[in-house]
Order: sequence, then structure tokens, then C-alpha cells
Amino acid sequence: MSIPFARVKELEKSYGKTVALASVSLDVGKGEMFGLIGPDGAGKTTLMRILSSLLDPDSGDCVVAGVSVSEDPAGIRRIIGYMPQRFSLYQDLTVGENLRFFADLFRVPRRERIKRTAMLLEFARLEPFVKRQAGRLSGGMKQKLALACALVHTPEFLILDEPTTGVDPVSRREFWSILKKLKETGVTILVSTPYMEEAELCDRVALMHKGRVLMTGVAKDIAQGFAGTVYSVACDDTVGLAVWLKGRLTPEQVRIVGTRVHVSLFGDTGRAIAGLEREAATAGFSIAMAEPVPAALEDAFVAMIAERERRHDAA
Amino acid sequence: MTQPDAGNETNARGKKASGHDYAVTVRDLTRMFGEFVAVDNVSFDVKRGEIFGFLGANGAGKTTTIKMLTGLLRPTSGTGTVDGLDISNDRRAIKSRIGYMSQRFSLYDDLKVEENLFFFGGVYGMDRDSVEARVSELDDMLSLSGLENRMTASLPPGHKQRLALACAILHRPPVLFLDEPTGGVDPVARRYFWDLISTIASDGTTVFVTTHYMDEAEYCHRLSIMHAGRIVEVDSPARIKEKHGMTSIQDVFIKLVDG
Ligand SMILES: Nc1ncnc2c1ncn2[C@@H]1O[C@H](COP(=O)(O)OP(=O)(O)OP(=O)(O)O)[C@@H](O)[C@H]1O
Ligand SMILES: [Mg+2]
Repeated sequence: MSIPFARVKELEKSYGKTVALASVSLDVGKGEMFGLIGPDGAGKTTLMRILSSLLDPDSGDCVVAGVSVSEDPAGIRRIIGYMPQRFSLYQDLTVGENLRFFADLFRVPRRERIKRTAMLLEFARLEPFVKRQAGRLSGGMKQKLALACALVHTPEFLILDEPTTGVDPVSRREFWSILKKLKETGVTILVSTPYMEEAELCDRVALMHKGRVLMTGVAKDIAQGFAGTVYSVACDDTVGLAVWLKGRLTPEQVRIVGTRVHVSLFGDTGRAIAGLEREAATAGFSIAMAEPVPAALEDAFVAMIAERERRHDAA
Repeated sequence: MTQPDAGNETNARGKKASGHDYAVTVRDLTRMFGEFVAVDNVSFDVKRGEIFGFLGANGAGKTTTIKMLTGLLRPTSGTGTVDGLDISNDRRAIKSRIGYMSQRFSLYDDLKVEENLFFFGGVYGMDRDSVEARVSELDDMLSLSGLENRMTASLPPGHKQRLALACAILHRPPVLFLDEPTGGVDPVARRYFWDLISTIASDGTTVFVTTHYMDEAEYCHRLSIMHAGRIVEVDSPARIKEKHGMTSIQDVFIKLVDG
């Protein structure tokens, strides 16, 4: 990357005794789709709010397209479109009126507005409800309307804080295809998400924890950096086996993936899995051979965070 | 504010004196808002001790159904029972037999953790001593000790979620309704939360839960999938996948909802 489009330099921010950001630095390239992942309280929202000039850092700075957040916050706001985690809609306005309101606010020309609105209502599956008051929508429909309002204009740099929480799988898929289209038109996107399969759709991701960036890179590389082995086990009672394994190991080492159970093991994993297989058989589970599979981003993420939390608890 | 209903005697936890096999039964349940049919003639049963995953598209009618089952909203037509009580006629009594965690965890942000617990305990007629005893009993599972004096607003989402769960199960309800309990919660916290749900269910509590995380659906004993007010599928996750010839619930969901 030559000159980064957005550069976050040694940001620090504390709320009283709580350190939200402990020296965070990041570069985002022009036209890049950049994902932020990390457990609750990692500092993702604080970082996004500082980048959007809504919050002052204690120290450090952000520069976006040559504009410094600390020197020219108004300039930053012209470049950035920010959608907070809890976006407020006008509850007493209808779906259509909310979209119109935000389009006017961002001075979207009429023709563009009509085109955009139609596309966004389709993704959100809200066309049949344009006349319904926002306050009467379901939780996920509100979230989708908020997303539509945030996307009604095209900022150069789009910052989205957990945009798909509460959104159903069909709409999530459509939402990400819209993001991809925006990216193709040159928009730079910074997005946080608790869904690891969404993070995998980003060009790069940063994994944050307790106010620090633990790792930055392509999702696939982070997954490959997983320190153990993931074993995939087939069993006709996947749930029973998963619950049993969680009791034998720790809950974070086990997950169900479709018709199989994936177990993350560390150290002498060959021996560990053989031992588990024997014990599971004794416990009455009929399981087929466990086979190693490539780790997914989720496996690496969970292992890394759980490790850190344990170290923190022990300290 | 309901008191436990003295008229409904229970012997063991979760078992009414009359002994019902089903924690929830629903027949032809319908709810309209004006002309709009939010819940359209749905019927299903939930067995005792089951983890029942109530899936569906946004706006499908899940929260509306849960509100009818928990006595917060009157059905337009149709019938249902929760723990053997009628959802139209025993609305007050039902409230003491259920725990309910709403889509936005309904805690008082400006109360301390402990005050929230006392408040919700009080709603179910529990005094401070019995709330404290119950909380320490739950502590192994919920790890809330040490946080008693924290302001609820200052808790991270994962802790808030566990506090909301604690408030919902203080009074040992036989049926627990969880409406998107893991929305906005990170992957590590979600795995721990589902471990909790399994533990709660293994004690005989029926868990009725909605989620948009399809990996969580795999942990349910049975699932229903709702779309536009109707239930389009009910079965165990394994049979649903088999029936549709797909390897994940996510794929089945997309097929059924996107058609
Ligand atoms: N008070 C109301 N007035 C009008 N319509 C309503 C009202 N409450 C709910 N609805 C409508 O009923 C439908 C079902 O809403 P509900 O909240 O039950 O959906 P849901 O399945 O819980 O969705 P989500 O996954 O988004 O939470 C939606 O179309 C919603 O707009
Ligand atoms: Mg809902």
C-alpha cells in the first residue's frame, strides 16, 4: 500500500479508569473493505467514533484523505458517513419518510434518491411497508431501515458499527452484496462485525482486544496462524457430542458446523483426539474418524481471545 | 406485577400437578395489526425440557408470537397454553410461570446490578434474602459475583446478557423465553451463553429461543422457521437438513425464506 487513505496514529482514549484504546494504529487503503473484529469492550466503537470526529482522543490523531480529524473535524464529516451501533430513526415517521429525511439531509439529488431508495428498499425487503411508522417495525426491520438510511448517500469513507446485528441471514447476504457494489465504485469501508463469516468477506481485518490491535491481515492468513489443530468429527448425535465435549474441554473449544462437530485442540493434538475418541465411545457416542480440517477465522479468533482472557483472569 | 399464583399448585419444578407433556401448545394463533396479519394461523407444540429454536426472517412474527405466549399481547384469534395455562384467560398466572428476556435486554441501566436483581425478584414476590440465596446458587453458572455494586449501564454486553438471564430465571420458571439473547454478543461469549442454555435445559427447564445466528440453531432440539407470519418448517435440525438435502440450517433458511 503506498499512501494509506486513512491513517490512525497511536490513538489513546480512556474513560475515567477504563482504557478504551491503548495506542491503536491502523492504515486503511483507498477502496479497501476493512473489518474490525474483537470481543465486547475491545474498543471498536471508540475507534470508529474518534475517526468520525464525534469523540476526541486523549492523544494521537487520524488522517483521512489528507484531512486531520483533530485539525479539521468538519472536513472529516464531509468525507465520512458513519452508522452507529444504535442508529436512531424517527419512530413517528414512516419508512419512506425516514429515507426521504436522510436523503435530504445529505443533499442527495432527486433522481439519485429515487434510484437509491428503490434499491435499498428491495435489499431490506421493506417495500411493502413504506407507509408503516418506523416505531412499529420489528427489531430487525428497524435495523435494516437504519442501514438503508445510512446508505442513501455515498460518502467517500463509510464507517459501519455492527450493521447486521439482528438482521436475518437472507438480508445479511444482500446487505453484503450492496457493500461489495459500493466498494467497486471506489468507496472505502470500515466495518465491525461479530460474524466471522462476514469478516472473511473483508479485504483485511484487524483483531482488537482490550484497546489494542492484536493482529492485522487477510482473514485467511489469520486463520492459518491458528496455533492448534481443528478436528472435525461426524456423529449422529452432534448436539449430545458437542455438549459432552464442552464439559470435557472448555466451551470455546467446541462448535457445531452443520452435521459435524469441530474441536480445537492444542499441544499433542494427535494423542488428545485419540483419547477423546475413546472416551466418547465409552460414553456411548458412535463417532466416525475425526479428521483435521483447516482452521477458520472463527477458530483462530476464539482461541486467541479465550487465551488472553484466561491469562488476564490468572493475573 | 404478579404474585405467584396460589391457585396453581406445582409439585416438582416444571411439572404441574396435572402433569402436561407440553410446555407450550399453540393452535391457529393469529394476530392482526389493523389489516396487517403479523402472525397468520400458526400451530405448534413445544415439549417440556426442550430447547426450541424459533427462527425466522425479520418481521416474520416471532416477537409478536412470544408476546402472545407471555401474556403481553392478546391474540386476534386462536388458542395456546404455556405450562398448561391458557394464554388468553390466565395471562396473570402465566407471568409467574415463565422467564422472559426481551429483544433489547430489559434491564434498568441506571440501577446497580444488585438493584436490578432485587427489582426483578420483587416482581416475582421474592424477598432480598431469597434473591441473594438464589443468586449465589446461580453464581457458578453466571459469574456475577463482584459486580453487585456496578452500574448496569457500565457492564459490557456479555455481562449484561448474563444479568438479564439471571433476572429471568430468579424465580425458577419452568418455561424460559429468550428473544435474541445473543444479538450483538461476540463469538466467545455466544459459545459460553449456549453452554448455559444447555445446562438450564438439562435441569428440565423448557427454553424457547429466537436467534439470527444459524450456528446457534444447531444446538436446539427442535426448530421452527417462520416467514411472513407463517411457520414453514418445524422439526429437529438433523431432520430439517436431511429433508431439504442440505448440510446447514443456514442453507435451508435461505432456501425457505428466499424461495
Ligand atoms: N404495534 C404494531 N403495529 C403495526 N405493526 C406491527 C406492530 N408490532 C409489530 N408489527 C408488525 O408485525 C410484523 C412482525 O413483527 P415481529 O416483531 O413479530 O417480527 P420478528 O419476527 O420478531 O422480527 P425480527 O427478527 O426483526 O425481530 C412486522 O411486520 C411488524 O412491523
Ligand atoms: Mg423480534
